[in-house]
Amino acid sequence: MAALINVPAKAKRGDIIEIRTLTSHIMETGFRHTADGALVPRDIITSFTCRYNGTEVFRADLFPAIAANPYLSFFTVAKESGKFEFEWIGDNGYSSSASASITVE
Amino acid sequence: MPTTRRQFLSIAGGVAAAGSIPIVTLRPLEATPAMLTTAIRNVVGEAPVRTGKVKLDIPPLVENGNTVPMTVSVASPMTADDYVKSIHVFNEKNPQPNVGNFHLGPSSGRAQISTRIRLADTQKVVAIARLSDDTFWQVTAEIVVTLAACTEEMN
Repeated sequence: MAALINVPAKAKRGDIIEIRTLTSHIMETGFRHTADGALVPRDIITSFTCRYNGTEVFRADLFPAIAANPYLSFFTVAKESGKFEFEWIGDNGYSSSASASITVE
Repeated sequence: MPTTRRQFLSIAGGVAAAGSIPIVTLRPLEATPAMLTTAIRNVVGEAPVRTGKVKLDIPPLVENGNTVPMTVSVASPMTADDYVKSIHVFNEKNPQPNVGNFHLGPSSGRAQISTRIRLADTQKVVAIARLSDDTFWQVTAEIVVTLAACTEEMN
């Protein structure tokens, strides 16, 4: 459930800012076998969404080819002070969220 | 009429032959270039995919395929009428061809994403960008992997 979010605390209006997120998840591919031959069922995060004051600014569909503990970095334009909300959704009803605030001058 | 030995053997032989078919139709554990083409067609449809505009930053030689850093950037002004709608990343030889779809918009400011991916083998990675005018641009990178991901046994 733990997530690391990196959003600049302050930005000038119109600045392009980088957002980096890292969340802990096994991202089990569903293609691996145990030593006695049983298939390990898939357990991955399938979707990530970032909302900026309620408006979606970035979304990603993830597949088993994404490494464990998915790291994502992307950009957005700092428009107004407010809150970024992050949401990860995955197999077996997995859901996790985080948020970060920004002051835009 | 009682079944003769000859009839019995011919039926038994037929059953044995039918039983062997599922072994032949098992899904390959490795994606094939055909699966890569199909996955790309699922995204772009019939539209032509041109080479250019997209840049794929990924190490050419990877020791550990379990976590490979990757950055995709697209040359785009990212204005309200000329921006990147989405970036799609595919691979050639993992068990399945998709890596990720990343949806951007004019408010992204810069068309660039980074993540870490798994590579099961030495192979080709393809990044495709869909622009706001619905044209598709791609770039391909060859990556040599010495330790494969995805299919190893769990201990």
